[in-house]
This record gives sequence, C-alpha cells and structure tokens, in this order.
Amino acid sequence: MIKFLLMVNKQGQTRLSKYYEQVDIEKRPSLETDVVKRCLSRKKEECSFVEYKDFRLVYRQYAALFIVVGISDTENELSIYELVHNFVEVLDKYFSRVKSKLFFLSSQSELDIMFNLDKVHIIIDEIIQNGHIVETNKNRILAPLLALDKMAEAH
Amino acid sequence: MPAVSKGDGMRGLAVFISDIRNCKSKEAEIKRINKELANIRSKFKGDKALDGYSKKKYVCKLLFIFLLGHDIDFGHMEAVNLLSSNKYTEKQIGYLFISVLVNSNSELIRLINNAIKNDLSSRNPTFMCLALHCIANVGSREMAEAFAGEIPRILVAGDTMDSVKQSAALCLLRLYKASPDLVLMGEWTSRVVHLLNDQHMGVVTAAISLITCLSSKNPDEFKTCVSLAVSRLSRIVSSASTDLQDYTYYFVPAPWLSCKLLRLLQCYPPPEDGAVKGRLVECLETILNKAQEPPKSKKVQHSNAKNAILFEAISLIIHYDSEPNLLVRACNQLGQFLQHRETNLRYLALESMCTLASSEFSHEAVKTHIETVINALKTERDVSVRQRAADLLYAMCDRSNAKQIVAEMLSYLETADYSIREEMVLKVAILAEKYAVDYSWYVDTILNLIRIAGDYVSEEVWYRVIQIVINRDDVQGYAAKTVFEALQAPACHENMVKVGGYILGEFGNLIAGDPRSSPLVQFNLLHSKFHLCSVPTRALLLSAYIKFINLFPETKATIQEVLRSDSQIRNSDVELQQRAVEYLKLSSIASTDVLATVLEEMPPFPERESSILAKLKKKKGPGAVSVELEDGKERGELNGGGDRGGDAAIAASNASTPSPSADLLGLRSTAPVSGTTPSAGSLLVDVFSEAGPSATSAGVNDDGFLSSAPPTVASEDPAPPLPESDELLNKFVCKNNGVLFENQLLQIGIKSEYRQNLGRMYLFYGNKTSVQFVSFNTTVSCPGELQSQLNVQTKTVEPLVEGGAQVQQVINIECLTDFIDAPLLNIKFRYGGALQNISLKLPVTINKFFQPTEMAAADFFQRWKQLSQPQQEAQKIFKASHGMDTEVLKAKLLGLGTALLENVDPNPENYVCAGVIQTKAQQVGCLLRLEPNAQAQMYRLTLRSSKDTVSQRVCDLLAEQF
Repeated sequence: MIKFLLMVNKQGQTRLSKYYEQVDIEKRPSLETDVVKRCLSRKKEECSFVEYKDFRLVYRQYAALFIVVGISDTENELSIYELVHNFVEVLDKYFSRVKSKLFFLSSQSELDIMFNLDKVHIIIDEIIQNGHIVETNKNRILAPLLALDKMAEAH
Repeated sequence: MPAVSKGDGMRGLAVFISDIRNCKSKEAEIKRINKELANIRSKFKGDKALDGYSKKKYVCKLLFIFLLGHDIDFGHMEAVNLLSSNKYTEKQIGYLFISVLVNSNSELIRLINNAIKNDLSSRNPTFMCLALHCIANVGSREMAEAFAGEIPRILVAGDTMDSVKQSAALCLLRLYKASPDLVLMGEWTSRVVHLLNDQHMGVVTAAISLITCLSSKNPDEFKTCVSLAVSRLSRIVSSASTDLQDYTYYFVPAPWLSCKLLRLLQCYPPPEDGAVKGRLVECLETILNKAQEPPKSKKVQHSNAKNAILFEAISLIIHYDSEPNLLVRACNQLGQFLQHRETNLRYLALESMCTLASSEFSHEAVKTHIETVINALKTERDVSVRQRAADLLYAMCDRSNAKQIVAEMLSYLETADYSIREEMVLKVAILAEKYAVDYSWYVDTILNLIRIAGDYVSEEVWYRVIQIVINRDDVQGYAAKTVFEALQAPACHENMVKVGGYILGEFGNLIAGDPRSSPLVQFNLLHSKFHLCSVPTRALLLSAYIKFINLFPETKATIQEVLRSDSQIRNSDVELQQRAVEYLKLSSIASTDVLATVLEEMPPFPERESSILAKLKKKKGPGAVSVELEDGKERGELNGGGDRGGDAAIAASNASTPSPSADLLGLRSTAPVSGTTPSAGSLLVDVFSEAGPSATSAGVNDDGFLSSAPPTVASEDPAPPLPESDELLNKFVCKNNGVLFENQLLQIGIKSEYRQNLGRMYLFYGNKTSVQFVSFNTTVSCPGELQSQLNVQTKTVEPLVEGGAQVQQVINIECLTDFIDAPLLNIKFRYGGALQNISLKLPVTINKFFQPTEMAAADFFQRWKQLSQPQQEAQKIFKASHGMDTEVLKAKLLGLGTALLENVDPNPENYVCAGVIQTKAQQVGCLLRLEPNAQAQMYRLTLRSSKDTVSQRVCDLLAEQF
C-alpha cells in the first residue's frame, strides 16, 4: 500500500503531505526531512526507487518540485511511478486551463499548489484513498473539483 | 493570483501566504505566524459569532500553519462546526482539517461521528464521499463501531453511485485493517467479489484493494475471486488500446488495474480449473509477447506502464513456480532489461531476477547472465543498483560459478561503498564456505577478506574460519602457512592478528619444520604485532603463547621471559595480568604431560548453522528469505547435513559479545570445559570454552557423507553407505583379506588378489542365523566418475541363503585410470519378512594396483628431484593414532604394495618406498617418504608422483593407517 505522499521543493520544504499510515504529527517533520534528503541528493541517472527503512520511496522530479511516495513492498514500483505522473497530468489539466503553458514546467507550480492546497488535496483524494489507488481516469478525478468550481462561480 | 480561486477568494488567506513567502528569515516567519495565531485565537474566542466563511478561512490558515511544521493546539471545535455546514467548501475544509489533524484517539470523535452519520444518510453523493473519506482517514475504533455495519451495505447496494462505492470499498478496507473483529463477514462478502465484474473500472480498481486484503486473510471464503480476476484480466489484456477509453494510459489499457489483478492472483496457488488456468497462461503469454512488440508510443510513460504490468506478471510467474516455459521466458525478458538504458528497469530487473534465481526451473537461465551482472557491479553509477547486482550474484551462485563470483565480489569490495561493505563481507564469507571444494581456497578467500576490508569483518566471520580450520585437518597445515605469510605484511589488520594467533597457536607445529617458519620465528612474528593490538587481541595472543610452550618446548624460555616482563605481569588490565601470571605459573610448575593435556589441540566444533548466516539473516530481515531457503537446501552439501541448530543456538550466536574470548558459536551456556584439569579450567575457560562438547560428539557429522540413514532402511532403493564404511575401507588399504562387515545376521568376508591393472575379489556372505535369507541380491556399482575409471564385473548369487550357510561371489576388477572413490556394494535380502538393505564401500583402492619397484639411493633421489613441481607432491603431517612400532610400520608399507627401500634415506628413522601404479591408461610412478617423530608422536608423510591426483589419494589413504 501507499504509506505517504509528499510534495517538496528543491530547498527541501514540504509543500504538501498526505499520510495513509498513522505517523505521529511530531515525528512527521523529521521523517520528511530524512526522506527528502535521500531523494534530493540523488543524481538524474540514479534510479527512482530508494530503499528506506522497511519500505521504499518512489520519487519523480518536476522542475522545482519533487513528488515522493512511500510504499510497502506489496506495491508495484513502476505503476506508482506512473501514478505520480498521472497525478501531475491531472494537476496540469486543471491548473493550465487558464494558462497557456504547462503547469509543471513553470516555476509558478509551487505557488499554485500553496494557493490551492485544498484543491490539490481534493485531487489526491480522488486518486488515492486510504493508501490505495481508487481512480485513474483523469476526467473522473477532476469531476468533483469542476463541479465545485461551477458552484463557486454561480455563487 | 491564480485565477482558479476566483469567486471563492479567501483573500485574507492569500495575503497571509504571500506574507509568509516574503519572510526573509525563519525568525520573521515564526513572528508572522505567532501574530496570525493570536489573531485567529481572538477571533475564535470573540463574542461575535463567526460566519461559515470566516470559520473556513481561519481553519484554512491553521491548516497552512500546520503544514509549515508548527503545532496547532486549537481550532478543532471550529472545524467540527464546519462539518454541519450545508456548503460543500466549508464542509470539505472541516473534513480536511479533521483528516489531517485529528488523530484516532481524540475526544472529538463522538461529535465528528454524528456529523458523519448525517452525511452518510444524506443521499448526496459528494457529502457521502466526504464522510467516507473521513472515516477512512481517521479509522478509529469508535468510528469502526459506529459504521462497520453500515458501510458494507452502502458498498453492495444496487442504487449506490459509483463514486460512493469506490470510497466505501476503501473505507471498509481501512476499518477491516484497524478492527477486523468489527467487520463481520456476511451475505455481502460474495457480492463484494462480484464487484470485480463491475462495469465501472473505477469501482473495480477500488474494490480490488479490498478484495486482495480480505482474501489474503480468508483465502477460502474469497477463492471465487480467482476466476473472476482471470476473466477480467483477460478482457483487459486482449482489449485494443482504445477500448477502455479514459482508463487507457498512453496506449496501455488500465495498467494500474492490471497490476492489481495480477497481485490479487498472487494470494492464491495456480488455478485448479483447467480452463481458468489456460486462460491465465494465455494472458501471461500475451503480456510477455507485448514486451517484444514495437512500442505504440515513444513516450517513456507508455513503456513504464507496459513494464509495470510485465514485472507484475513475472512476479506471478515466479509465485506459481510451476511453468518452466514461462519462467525461462521471464528470465530472458529480464535479461534484456539488464542492458536497458533506463536505470529504473535495470534496477527492477536485477531485483526480480534475484527471486527467479531460487527457482529450480530458471536457476540455470539466470546464470547465463552472469557476465552482465558482474559488469553491472563494476560499472553502475548508482549504489542501489550495484547493491542489487551484488544480491543477484549471491542468489545465482552455485558450485559451478562460486570461484568467479567470489573473486568478483572480492575485487568489488576494494572500492565498494562503505554502506554495503559489511553485508558484502558476510556474503563473500558465506559463499566461500558454502561452495568450498578445497578448503585452502576458503582460507585464502577469508584472509583476503580480512586484508581488503578488515574493518568490516565481523567476529562471526573470523570465528567461522577458525571453526572450519579446526574441524578440517586437511587444511590446517595450509592455513598455518598462509596466516604466517599474511602476518609478514608490515601492516596487517588486527583481525588478521587474531586469526593468525589462534591458528599458529593450534597448528604452528605443522609449519615448524621449515627453518623460515621455525617456532621462534613464528613467535617473534606474532609478538611483533602484540603492542599494536587492543586488549582482547593481546589476551588471545597470550593464550597462543602458552600453547606455543606446549607445542615447542624450545620456545619456553623466551616466552616465559615475555610473560614475566612488567608490561605483562603488572599490566593495568586485569585480564592480561591474570593471564600472564597464570600462564607463567602453569608453564613453570606443570609437567610436560599435564601441559600437554591442558593445552591439547582444540577438539572439532559441532557442526551447526553458520553464525555468519544467522547474522546476515538478522541484518537483512525477512527480505532475505528466498536466499535462506536456498541455503537450507544447499547446506547439506557442506556440513554433511549438520543440524540447522536450534533457534536458541542461533539466538545465542546472534548475541555476540565484544570480548574476543566470547565463544565462537555462542556455545557458552552448553559448553562444559572438557579435557582440562579443574585448576587450569578456570583460567582457560574463556579462551577454550569454545571447545564445547567433546570431540566424539562433534566429529560425527563432519564427514560430509555419513549423516542420516540408519543402516537398514525399508526401501527398495539401495541404502546410503553405512556410516562406518569409510573406516572399513581404510582397514583394507594395507591388507587384502579379512572380514569386511558383520552384524547380527550377516558376515561378509573378503579375499582379493591383484596383478598389473587387474584384480579379483572373492566375497563370502555368511548367514549367521538359523533362518534362510530370501531374495538375496547383491549389486556392485560405480558412482559418478568412477564408472569411467573402473571396470567392475560380478556374477549374481543364488537368491536363497540357508541358515548357517555361506555363499561366494567373485568380482573382477579392471583399473582403467586412477580413481578416488570406491565402488559401492549393496546387499538386499529379506529376513523374516523384513527387508534388509545394506550398502558398503568395496575396499578397492588405487594402491592395490601398485607394482613394487626396487631402486638404489642415487636413482631414488634423482627421481625424487624430477618430481619437484608443487602439484606433484602431497604432504600430510598428522598425529600417530597407533603405536609407532617399526615392524608394524614396515608391514603396513609393504601391504600398501610398494617396495620398501633400505639404506636410502640418510636418517635411518625414516622410510622411503617406491612403486608404479598400473592402470590401463597409464603407469604412474610413485615415491613415498614417511618421517616419524617418536617424541612428538607425529608423522610427516610425503608423496610424489607424476600425477597430482594419485599423490593426493595415496597420501590420504596412507595417512589413515598409522
């Protein structure tokens, strides 16, 4: 199962974290620092899977942002690796509707996430629930959020 | 400002976030946050009731502050209030706050539960989903108690919306994991399985995680899911890339669902239903085939998704471990990935191959990739990939490639990353031991290990090499010579000094004949390292010194001098001081006999699980299981099926203590000191407590061959040779006639004669009982290589042997070329209905084909010199196990078949012999020299011949005779 998902910038600051296994709130910052350190220190040609304690990290870098997923050994690494990309494409699809360029290649992306934490959380919750993949269809992932936006506009 | 947040602005929040981002320092950030926290606190405490929007805004700010890593200790109540809002955004922020910030044992749970109950019954799918998410995220026992009955109903109800079903499935999974006792199986379980057939792929994706978990816990109850999963998988795999529309990812249909289906199938054995199995095999083949097809897209996402499925399919194939064809195809596919330019693929392929290597069907196929893997070990830039390559080499190692793999690992060790050195050292040590055919290689390997990575050689490793050297007398001389040479290095690792001290203390005498390694030279060499060593090593060296006094009386004075010096006898370390005092006293007052008894050579260690293996297991944890299992299979080969050691023993050897005198095997608790006098016992106990049980109990299993089967086995297959058959064989090396075997029923006598390369043997089977033996049958077989080395013909005997009668059997033997093993004689008969099945070794040994050769001293020495290449010589130094009577010795040497040459050796105590071994293929000249040392009760036996195997074999045979 998926244990956690982190979005971190290059400076190592956590921009979003989602835990699917109980980790004490006090312990999270140190875990995150440790995990991020491991991934940030790796070079491009090194592989994207890192053994960490009794589980594995799968990470992917997009411009200034790292997405790190902690998984147990019952999960398929490549499928998680692509799940991250699928997630990013969903974010792209959502946030670039009003912009010309791709969301994740812009330095704006980090800001967008911070300003729209609630929305990013909604998106993640549509993809992963409780540590398991629940939906992979981009349109269906976005549907609730789009409905929400419509409600807000009508407001 | 992102346009998307238009209309739902929360401008205050945006301003706050910008402020934080503009903070130049951590202090400034904290200051700004504290100001905001004070503001929010006052708003929440204020008299004016806040509207939903303000509450949402402040809760959002708190959430943001929390995510920056600050503690939040208020605002929970306001978040709970938001749950009962009718506005989606407010409700959602409330749930978000609770999911992230409320842990399962919060007191607020009851309030939250109420809000959830309302939302679940609202029939508004978005509200229902929010509530289900929250249950799943919090997942406390109170929540499980409140909702465990409700959620299965929602999940299988016909009118539930798809998105709600998805949430319900994963919510139920969470509750089941947290409180399985509260989730009662019922009528819903069978309907859950049928969700695999649901039209909606999203529902299937969500449900399969639940089903996988439920089936791994209750496989029988859910086994119908196998056929459903296979048919679903088959439909996906055979669909065109556009069939599944939005569930197709870069032209790969439903990759995540496929992976999950394949993973679910790994909870079960291969399907029994032929049709289902056929369909599944077809799927797996299709997946393997697709890997070979040209890609439908150049995008890496396409190939990643495709390969995710492929790796999962290979996992399933390995899990079944029953389809050789698929296993080999999987192996070939992984072999291709080993050379792929994507690091991720190389990493996964190495890992996957590791499990493939332990399958008997694919082990050989994996081995063909050895060069690629070795190359990966050398050239990969990523340490985690190199680590995988090392793991794989370890997994694919067997007798055929052990030397190569160990050599590669050793050379990799010189540059290996510090993080993995210790594990590498353990692996090299294990492989070297497991696959050692000749133990000198093993000793070399371990000493190299200490040289290259001494700091990473744990105690278990050097303990183990000592155990093995002590247990195998064929390697002791070599080990002594090698450590002596290794210690010559100006700087050698302390572990080397430990091994050297121990081995020279035990077996220094084996190399003492050479003036370059005379006792004093050995002692001085050891002592030159003494002052640089830590206390535990010095303690060990002191024990080695006292052993030297026993081995070499001539060193006594020198060593006593050392012991007497102030730096020993007044050492500030109590242990060293005590040893020095007691050893000094022991050496001065004890008689030679007492000294010899106290300081006797170590008895062999009982065979047991290697402590190194135990350590590796501990280090690797459950991940190493596959390797362990394999170890279990292989162990028999090395240690003669020595028992796996009780768990207690493993635990004990794991709990290694830092003291060097700690017992080698964690034996301490079970090891009464044997063979030492009580007074000395107390002082020697720490060094020699490793001695453990006496030699007799320990030596039994050490033979590599005689472990298990009781002498009579009720089976039609020939029984394995009797445990004593080697001993019986040795009895006949120097004589041709006698009683080969005897038990209560049967006696076998033997008479034999040899000429040139031919021999004839008469066997006499005597029935000792008064009852007849029926179905009496004997067979002679030549196992393995021997078939091409000896030609053995027998005549069958009468199947009936009357009580008290004797039957005779003639065996004709032709020696084609030199040989080592003996032919096996199997006797089967029924006595009173019970099948008797006995196997023995037939005493046909290479020396039987000796033709004695007389020659003069000059001739002898000339030939001796001609045979001076190292491999032409075999030498053994051993203790006398019988009396050293001259006449008996002569008789034995003559019995060997050689000519005993008088007046050749300048030392009249020594014996020299010459003979030619006659085989059909060739004649092998053979010279022999035996040097007894009556004082030490030792012999040195040297054999030279034109053929190395002959020298070795004759030397081995003869060494057992004295």
